Amino acid sequence: MNEPLKPNSFRAGPDEEGRFGIFGGRFVAETLMPLILDLQDHWDRAKDDPEYQAELADLNTHYTGRPSPLYFAERLTEELGGAKIYFKRDELNHTGSHKINNCVGQILLAKRMKRTRIIAETGAGQHGVAAATVAARFGLPCVVYMGATDVERQAPNVFRMKLLGAEVIPVTAGNGTLKDAMNEALRDWVTNVENTYYLIGTAAGPHPYPEMVRDFQSIIGREAKEQLQEREGRLPDMLVAAVGGGSNAIGLFHPFLDDDSVEIVGVEAGGKGLDTMEHCASLTAGKPGVLHGNRTYLLQDDDGQIEEGHSISAGLDYPGIGPEHSWLKDKGRVEYVSIMDQEALEAFQRLTRVEGIIPALEPSHALAEVIKRAPTMGKDKIIVMNLCGRGDKDVFTAAKHLGVEL
Amino acid sequence: MTARMDECFAALANEGRPALVTYFMGGDPDYAASLDIMKALPQAGADVIELGMPFSDPMADGPAIQAAGLRALKGGQTLAKTLQMARDFRESDAKTPIVMMGYYNPIYIYGVDRFLDDAVAAGVDGLIVVDLPPEMDEELCIPALKKGINFIRLATPTTDDKRLPTVLNNTSGFVYYVSMTGITGSALPDTNKVGAAVARIKGHTALPVCVGFGVKTEEQARAIGALADGVVVGTAIVNAIADSLDENGASGAGTTAGVRALVQSLASGVRSARLAAAE
Repeated sequence: MNEPLKPNSFRAGPDEEGRFGIFGGRFVAETLMPLILDLQDHWDRAKDDPEYQAELADLNTHYTGRPSPLYFAERLTEELGGAKIYFKRDELNHTGSHKINNCVGQILLAKRMKRTRIIAETGAGQHGVAAATVAARFGLPCVVYMGATDVERQAPNVFRMKLLGAEVIPVTAGNGTLKDAMNEALRDWVTNVENTYYLIGTAAGPHPYPEMVRDFQSIIGREAKEQLQEREGRLPDMLVAAVGGGSNAIGLFHPFLDDDSVEIVGVEAGGKGLDTMEHCASLTAGKPGVLHGNRTYLLQDDDGQIEEGHSISAGLDYPGIGPEHSWLKDKGRVEYVSIMDQEALEAFQRLTRVEGIIPALEPSHALAEVIKRAPTMGKDKIIVMNLCGRGDKDVFTAAKHLGVEL
Repeated sequence: MTARMDECFAALANEGRPALVTYFMGGDPDYAASLDIMKALPQAGADVIELGMPFSDPMADGPAIQAAGLRALKGGQTLAKTLQMARDFRESDAKTPIVMMGYYNPIYIYGVDRFLDDAVAAGVDGLIVVDLPPEMDEELCIPALKKGINFIRLATPTTDDKRLPTVLNNTSGFVYYVSMTGITGSALPDTNKVGAAVARIKGHTALPVCVGFGVKTEEQARAIGALADGVVVGTAIVNAIADSLDENGASGAGTTAGVRALVQSLASGVRSARLAAAE
C-alpha cells in the first residue's frame, strides 16, 4: 500500500470516475447516486484517517485472527513433483473465509456514516455469514438477500446467519442465485436510502465499491508477500486464485501487479463446460456490458439480456466479475482460465486427503489449476494459491455429487 | 430536439391541464397485443407514451414491472422489436411523443450510434435510461442530444438542491420526478411533499415537471395533476395488462379494453385536475 507506484503501474486504478480503462463506473439509478457519492466521500476520508486504520487493524488482529498463515503444502508439492505450493490460509479467518476482511472494513464505515441498518447479498452464504457476524458485533440489524436456490443448497450457512440474528430473505426471481439476490438488495437500498448501508460482498458494483473492497482484501496479498519474503527470501513465480465476483483474487493479486516476474492466474467456474450454457466464465466466455452499477465482462445474449450462470460452487455463480479483473484481462496482466465442476470436486477431495484441509468448492477451482500447472514447473519455482474459504459448508453438496447420502 | 415533445407540452399549457404520461412494457405479453395497447393509449387520452424496453435485471423496478419485462422477453421481445414497435405506431400517429424507457445494457450491446439512428428513424422523441446518472452522460445522453433525442432525467427525493443542477444539466423534454424513494409501484406518497418537491425543482428549471411512481386511480391522477405538469402512470397499466391474461399468459379481448378503460379514467382525472386545484 505504501510503495510508490511505477509509471504505467497496474495498481493506479480506478480514476476519479471509478473507471479501470473502460470498465467500472457508476451505472446506478439517480435515487442511489447521492448515496454513492456520500459513501465515496466517507471512504476517501476514512482511508487516510489513522484512527479508522487503527480500528480496522485492531479488528483484523483480534477479531478476524490476521495475519492468516502462509502454509507450505509439502505433501501436495511432493505428489505433484514440480513447483513448491504455498497456501494463503484465509480459510482460517473468523467465519471461515476471506469475506470477513471486507466486512470489518465496511461495518466500520457504516458506523462512521451513522447507518442503523445493514443489508447484504450472498451467494454461497460466506459473505452473508460475515456480514451477519459484523452486524452482530456492532449491534446493527442485518437483512441478507439470498437466491432461493442458494438458500436450499447452502442450508448450514442460512442457519448460521439466522443464529447471528440476521433476517435471510430468499429471492425467487430469475434462477434464484447471486445476481437475483443483488438485484433485490439494490431494490431494498433504493427503498430505504435514509438509514441503510449496503454491504456489498465482492469487488464489483458501482464505484467506490470495487476499489474499497479491493483495498480491504489486499491485506491478503500484502501479508503473503511479506510472509514469502520471510520464508523464501523472494517473490513467488505464480499466483493462483478463484474468481467469482473476484474479491479474494484481487486481494491476493493487487500487491503483486507491478512485480513483472510474477505470473498471475485467475480461475473461473467452467461449470459443465464452456461449450454448454452451464458455466460462470464471464471473462473467458462473456463480453463487456453494464450490470449492477459497473461495466464489466458479463454472460449475456445478443440482445444484452443477462444470462444465468451455473457452478457447483454457489460462490462463483455470478454472471459478472469485478471491473478491475476485466481491465487486467484486457491489459493481459492476468491470465484467466476456467475449471470445470468435476475437476474442482476432484481437487476438493485430493486436498482433504493429502493435506488434511477441507477447502471450500470455490478455492477448489484454483487448486485444480494448481494441480495442472505445478507438475509442469521446476522444483525451484513457487506458487502461492489463495485458499480463501473452508469447505465445511460444502460437505453436503460434495456428498450429493459423490452419491453419498448423509 | 424533436418538436413533438415541446409542442405537446405547449398545447397542454394552453389547455391549462397536466399531461397524462402512460408507461407500458414493449412486447408484453407479445408483440401484436402490445402494439394494440400502444395504439389505444392516445385514443384513451394519454398525452405522452413511455415505451418500456424489457431487461432481464431491472434493478429499480418493483415486482409488477419485473414480471412484465420477463413476460415480454419470454414472448420474444428484443430491443430491435421495441424500436420496430415505435416505428409501427408512428404509421398511424404522428403526434404523440414516444419516450423509450429502460436500462442501458441492451442499448450498449445494440450499439449506441446504431440505436440512436434507429430511434430517430422510428420517430422516438426521448429516452429514460434508469441506470445512467449525469455522471455517465458521455455514454448515451450527449450522443442522444446531438441526434435530437431528448434525454429525460429522473429526480428523486434524495436529489437535494446541491445536486439538482447536475441532474438538470443536459436534461430536456421534461423532468420526471420520482415522488418517493423506492421501486416502481410502491404506495402513493404524501401530496404535500410532492407539491413542495415540484416547486423546488421548478425553482431550478423551466422544463415541465411530471410526477410518477404510485398513481393508480382517477382521484390520485387528479390530486397529483393539480401539483405538476404531468402525471406518470406505469404500474397500474402494467397490472391491468397482467390481470387480463389467461392462465397461459396470453392476452384476450379484454386486454386492450382493460387498459383503455383505466387510461380513460386517469385521463378524466388529469382533465379535471386544475379545477380541483382551483377549488
